[in-house]
Amino acid sequence: MPAFSPHPPSPPWGLPGRVGRRLLSVLGTLTAPLTTPLSPDDYLGLVDPLLCARHPAGVVTAVRPETADAATLVIRPGLGWRGGHRAGQFLPVGVELDGVRHWRTYSLTSAADAPGREVTITVKADPRGKVSPHLVHRTPPGTLLRLGPAQGEFVLPAPGATPDRLLFVTAGSGVTPVMGMLRTLVRRPGPGPDVVLLHSAPAPDECLFHAELGHLAHEVPWLRLHLRYTRTAGRITGRDIDLLCPDWRSRETWACGPEGLLDVLREHGEAGRPRAERPAGEHPGGAEGPCVRRLHVERFRLAAPAALPSATPLGPVAANDGAGGRVRFARSGVEVESAASVPLLEAGERAGLPMPYGCRRGICFGCLVPLVSGRVRDLRTGEVRDGDGELIQTCVQSAAGPVVLDR
Amino acid sequence: MTSTVRDQLMPTPPSKPTTAHPLEPPPWTDEFGTELDRLRAEIVAGRGARDARYIHRVIAVQRGLEAGGRIALSVSLLPPAWLAGTAMLTTAKVLENMELGHNILHGQWDWMGDPAVHSTTWEWDFLTPADAWKHTHNHLHHTYTNVVGRDRDLGYTILRMSPEQPWRPVYLLQPLYAALLAPVFEWGIALYDLEADAVTAGRKSVRSLFGEIGRLFRKGVRQAAKDYVLFPLLAGPSALPCLLGNLTANVLRNVWAHTVIFCGHFPGDVRTFSEADIEGETRGQWYLRQIQGSADFEGGFLLHVLSGNLGHQIEHHVFPDLPSSRYAELAPRVRSLCAEYGVPYATGPLWRQYASMWGRVVRYAVPG
Ligand SMILES: Cc1cc2nc3c(=O)[nH]c(=O)nc-3n(C[C@H](O)[C@H](O)[C@H](O)COP(=O)(O)OP(=O)(O)OC[C@H]3O[C@@H](n4cnc5c(N)ncnc54)[C@H](O)[C@@H]3O)c2cc1C
Ligand code: FES
Repeated sequence: MPAFSPHPPSPPWGLPGRVGRRLLSVLGTLTAPLTTPLSPDDYLGLVDPLLCARHPAGVVTAVRPETADAATLVIRPGLGWRGGHRAGQFLPVGVELDGVRHWRTYSLTSAADAPGREVTITVKADPRGKVSPHLVHRTPPGTLLRLGPAQGEFVLPAPGATPDRLLFVTAGSGVTPVMGMLRTLVRRPGPGPDVVLLHSAPAPDECLFHAELGHLAHEVPWLRLHLRYTRTAGRITGRDIDLLCPDWRSRETWACGPEGLLDVLREHGEAGRPRAERPAGEHPGGAEGPCVRRLHVERFRLAAPAALPSATPLGPVAANDGAGGRVRFARSGVEVESAASVPLLEAGERAGLPMPYGCRRGICFGCLVPLVSGRVRDLRTGEVRDGDGELIQTCVQSAAGPVVLDR
Repeated sequence: MTSTVRDQLMPTPPSKPTTAHPLEPPPWTDEFGTELDRLRAEIVAGRGARDARYIHRVIAVQRGLEAGGRIALSVSLLPPAWLAGTAMLTTAKVLENMELGHNILHGQWDWMGDPAVHSTTWEWDFLTPADAWKHTHNHLHHTYTNVVGRDRDLGYTILRMSPEQPWRPVYLLQPLYAALLAPVFEWGIALYDLEADAVTAGRKSVRSLFGEIGRLFRKGVRQAAKDYVLFPLLAGPSALPCLLGNLTANVLRNVWAHTVIFCGHFPGDVRTFSEADIEGETRGQWYLRQIQGSADFEGGFLLHVLSGNLGHQIEHHVFPDLPSSRYAELAPRVRSLCAEYGVPYATGPLWRQYASMWGRVVRYAVPG
C-alpha cells in the first residue's frame, strides 16, 4: 500500500467541499423560514446524512485489514465536516450500536494535506471493548459514522516550525498518530528533517503498518526505524533508547503508548540531564514533564482506571460522602441536580447546553470550563477538592456539593 | 450514569411515611411499586436498535408527509390536490405533535444519545415553545397529576373538573368554552404555559413572565409566517386554497390534540386527589395515584401512533420516559397487575371516553 500516493479525490455530489458547503448554507438560510421549527438541514439529513451540517457524518468507503485484530477505515466525510486536520490529531467518531450512539476518538492516520476529502483511522480491536471490535470486524463499507471536529495538540509542527531532529517513541496502536505525521512529512517538498522512530510491537505479524514502515525506512533517507518485538526482546528500557539514539535527550520527542513506556522516557530522560537545561512547564495536554527537550505525549487510555467514587477512598470531605450536588451554569442560568457519579460534562449536556469536549475520558483537555465556585470530585481518583477559578476537566469531574460553572 | 440522571428527572417523591394520611395506603403498595419498577427495568434493558429504527421511521414518514402536503397545497387550485395536501399536512402535524414532539420532549428517546432526537434540542410545530411546555407539563403535571390545587392541567385553570374545586358562576359557561378551546388548542396551551396565575400568586416574577412572552411572540411570528404568509405566497395562484389548507390542518390537529389529551385525565372514572393525599407519598403510592388519575382508550396501531400512544395514558403516566413504542406491550401487563391487586384501571373505546369526558365537563359546570 503506497501511503504517499495521493488519495483519489472524491468530493460528495461532484462539488468540492467548500463550494458545496457554501451553496448549501445559502440555500439553508433562504429556506429556513419554511421549515421552522426544524431547519432545512433536518430534511437534507434525511435525504442524505452526508449533507447534514449540524450533525456531521462520514461514510466508510473501504476497510483494510492491518493485522488479525486491527483495520484501517477509509472515511469520506460529508459536507458538514470541516476538513483540514493537523498531522497527529484525533477524530471523534460516533458509532451506533444497538440503537445507542457511542463516541470514541481515533488518531487520523492519513496525511494532513492529502488532496481529496478522504481520511483514515486505524483501529485495534480491544477484545473486551465495546466499540473497537465493532469497527474492526463488523463495519462494512457503506457504514455511516458520525464525526466530530479533528482536534488535539499532539501534532507535527507546521513546515517552517518543524525542528531539524525528531524522535518518535511508540508502542502498539500508539503508532497511529505518528503514522499520520510520517505520511505528512513524506509529502512535504524538500529534504526531510532527521527522524528516528522507535516502535514496539509484540511480534512482526502484530505490528501495525509493518510493511509500509519497512518500505518507508528503505525509501526515505531521513528516516531511521527501530522495530522492537517485545514478545522476544522484552520491553524497551532507557538504556536501549540511549544505545539506539544517543542524542535523544536533545531531540524534540513525540511519544504515544502505554503508561510504562512514557514513564521510561520521563524517568530516564530526567536522570541523564543536568537540571538547569530543563525548560519550564508547558501546555498540560500537548507536552509534559520538564525532562527531555520538549516531550509531547499522548495517551489512549486513562492513567488510572475510571472508578466510581463509591469504590475509591474519598478525599478530605467525608461529610459529602458520595453525594452529588446542584450545578449552576452561570452564563446560561441553567440549574440541574447532578449525582456524584455523573460527569459535569454530561450534566451540562443533559440540561441542553452546548458543552465543549474532546475525548470524554480525561485525556485531551478539550472540555475545560472555569469553575466559579464549589467542590468537584475527580471520577478517576475519587479525590474531592475545591478549585475556585480553576479550569476543570468536566468529563472526569463530578459535583461534590453545590457547584457553579462559568458556562 | 444515564439512569441516575433520568431518575432525578423523574418526579420521585420523598419516601418519608406519614401518619396524617387521610386514606391509609393499602399494605401491598410497596410490593405493587416494586413490580412496576421491575417492569420498567425490563423495558430499559431491552431498548435497542428496533426502537431506534421505529422512531427514525416515524420521523421520516412525518417529514415526507409534510413535504408532500406542502407541495400538493402549492397547486391546490385543483380540488384533489387540496384534499390530498390538507390530509397529508394534517397527518404530518398530528404525528409531529403527538408521537414525536410530546414523546421526544419527555426524554423518551434520550437514551439513543442522538443530539438530533433529544429532549434538550427538540423544538416542535406547536405554538408553545418546547422549554415552557416541558416545565408545566413534564415537571408540574406529571409530578402532581390530578392533585387539586397543584396540577394546573386539572381543568387547565379554567375548567372545574372535580367537586373539590369551589364552584363559581362562570363555570356555568364551561361546556361552551371547553368546546371553543378545541380548535385553538395550541393558543390555549401557549397562554396557559405562561403561568400568569403563578405571577399573581407570587410564585413567578413579572420579569420572567415578560421574557417568556417575548419568546412566545417570536415563535408565534415564525409559526404564523410559515403557514399563513410564506407558503401561500409561494403557491402563487393557489395562495388562498393553500392558506385555507394550512389553517384546516392546524385546526384539525388542535381538535385532535384536545380530544386525546382531555380523554387522558377527564373521563368520569378518573380520580382526583387532595394535597394531603400526596404528603410523604412513597414511590408505590405515586404509582397508584398515576394509575388512578389517568385513563386509557382502546384502538388499533394507527390510532395509537396518531395519538402519540397517549391512548396508553396510564402506562405513560407510570413510565413517562419509556419509549412510546413500548406502551402497547406494557399496557396488558400493567392492566393485569392492576387486576391482581384490585386497582381500578380506566379504559374503553375512544368514543366512550370522549362522551364521559364531556359528561364530566357538564356535570361540574353546576354546583355540587
Ligand atoms: C486521543 C486518543 C487517540 C486514540 N487513537 C486511537 C487509535 O488511533 N487507534 C486505536 O485503536 N485506538 C485509539 N484510541 C483508543 C480508542 O479511543 C478507544 O478507547 C479504544 O478503541 C477502546 O474502545 P472500546 O469501545 O473498544 O473499549 P471500551 O468499551 O471503551 O473499553 C476499554 C477498556 O476498558 C475496559 N472496561 C470497560 N468498561 C469497564 C468496566 N466497567 N470495568 C472494568 N473495565 C472496563 C474494557 O475491558 C476495555 O479493555 C485513542 C484514544 C485517545 C484518547
Ligand atoms: S473531553 Fe478530553 S479531557 Fe475531557
